[in-house]
Amino acid sequence: MKRFLAKRLWQVAGTVFGVITLIFFLQHLTGDPTYLLVPETATKADIEALRRSLGFDRPLVVQYLSFLKQLASFDLGRSLVQNVPVSTIIASRLPYTLQLAGGALLVACGLGIPVGIALALNRESAIARFLASIVLAAQSMPTFWSGILLIMIFAVNLGWLPPSSTGGIEHLIMPSFALGLLSMATFARITRTALLDELSKDYVRTARSRGVPTGRLLLRHLARNASIPVITVAALEISNLLAGAVIVETVFAWPGLGQVTVQSILARDFLVVQGVVLLGAFVTIGLNFLADVLYSAVDPRIRLDGVRG
Amino acid sequence: MTTARIIQQPISVFSRTRKGLGRWLPVAIIGVFVIAAVFAPYVAPYDPNAQNLLARLKAPGTVSRNVHYLLGSDELGRDLLSRIIYGARVSLVVAVASVILSGTVGVLLGMLAGYLRGWAETAIMRLVDVFLSIPAILLAIIIVAVLGPGLVNVIVVLALTRWPRYARIAYGQTLGVSNMPYVRLAAFMGASPLRVLFRHILPNIIGAVTVVASLEFGLMVLFEAGLSFLGLGVQPPTASWGATSSTGRNYLATAWWIATFPGLCLFLLVLAVNLFGDDLRDRFDPRSQ
Repeated sequence: MKRFLAKRLWQVAGTVFGVITLIFFLQHLTGDPTYLLVPETATKADIEALRRSLGFDRPLVVQYLSFLKQLASFDLGRSLVQNVPVSTIIASRLPYTLQLAGGALLVACGLGIPVGIALALNRESAIARFLASIVLAAQSMPTFWSGILLIMIFAVNLGWLPPSSTGGIEHLIMPSFALGLLSMATFARITRTALLDELSKDYVRTARSRGVPTGRLLLRHLARNASIPVITVAALEISNLLAGAVIVETVFAWPGLGQVTVQSILARDFLVVQGVVLLGAFVTIGLNFLADVLYSAVDPRIRLDGVRG
Repeated sequence: MTTARIIQQPISVFSRTRKGLGRWLPVAIIGVFVIAAVFAPYVAPYDPNAQNLLARLKAPGTVSRNVHYLLGSDELGRDLLSRIIYGARVSLVVAVASVILSGTVGVLLGMLAGYLRGWAETAIMRLVDVFLSIPAILLAIIIVAVLGPGLVNVIVVLALTRWPRYARIAYGQTLGVSNMPYVRLAAFMGASPLRVLFRHILPNIIGAVTVVASLEFGLMVLFEAGLSFLGLGVQPPTASWGATSSTGRNYLATAWWIATFPGLCLFLLVLAVNLFGDDLRDRFDPRSQ
């Protein structure tokens, strides 16, 4: 296990380094990153002064090294538009996005896993076909459209829920459903596959032939074994939810990271965008690592493969 | 419920029972959108950019000064149906171009990594890992932030964001095929690496790549719509389903049709593409046969 962890940690470090390098490369994709940071009305002299003060006139290698050094001390830079550190902006918005992602994860698991179980257990029935078409529809819905439909039905027509912004738990319901819908489909598919995989194993046939009822079989044996792939997918879905929040937050005027990212692009506040993207990437890398460790802790065969390969 | 039957089940949830209509309906829906996009000037009843400030936010079916607003009008009095028909162009052009671009780059790099092995494999597949560790939407957003919005840039952004998907598939498939006796023999008999790659390996992996491409196609339609919805994609006055929905978001209480119909088109197109992709997978994916 130690060797596996060490090897994986080494890979994680490499990926983190790669992401930072890629972002640096993207910054310089159009030549001079100064233009990403100034409003369109800035004069030539302003731009020149800024270029010098930010050090963009130095050789690329020097800039790259100082970028690395800056990130190593967890400094994401300073927003020139709002004149506060990027990390402060992120810290003030992050709780909202976490709330939203949490709500969405709840919706996705709460609906997706039961649907997946139902799909695996009765495959030929009308209910299964109905559920399968719901899953497929959820996969094909543009996130902003499901949000808009929810607002139209539950806020505009029925008046049950507030159309946008924050407040009590009732403000969180529609955004969570809009964001969780796509992940719901993923959970349903994975749960179904994992369960069918387990159902085809010998121990299930043996238990069945001894007359163990399906419900008991599900709770005592299948739930545990089939949950491994589901947990792994959950770890990966969290990063999808955080990223998907960009659109849902815009639809519902939810003041999270996604909203601030979109606003920052339109205001040419590049460092905020960069900070959010770096954060998103690091969270994804971390969750991937966690999923790997989790998987290998439960199933030693993977560990062996990992060390050999 | 016997074990054998479970094993024989296809991977896909939605296949098996679809024949006849179920098989052809998705193709028909895709066909309608393609025809609308290609022949937009002939199909659309009016100029999609013609404004009529006296006929703003008219409900579907309204006739105003001899103009028949079949799906209603938008906040500038433009005919929504015409804008939706022209919007199909943007969706399909972006999806087709970005799938071809990212597919070509991804498959080439994936095949090279799988066939050459060694440092090429390490370099390419590490790069794939790095790209895949940034959530796709965020990667697309930061590239838009650098390049700026616009039709061509959206295609470039999506291609840059999505090529690793194809590279992974092509890499995995190439690894499997490279060890086949006939591929080794071809190389042994003096076929150049390029010839081996394109004559012997590519035909064997193209099926799996096509399946991925069909799934990616639907995703690219959604991505373009999402970026345009955020104001980071195709810019006004060009009609795009995402951008139109975004305008409609501001008129939900007074003009529900502006956001509803473009979204419905997106949903139908992506649904049809996904169903079609499922069908392809059933035919191409050896695991489900």
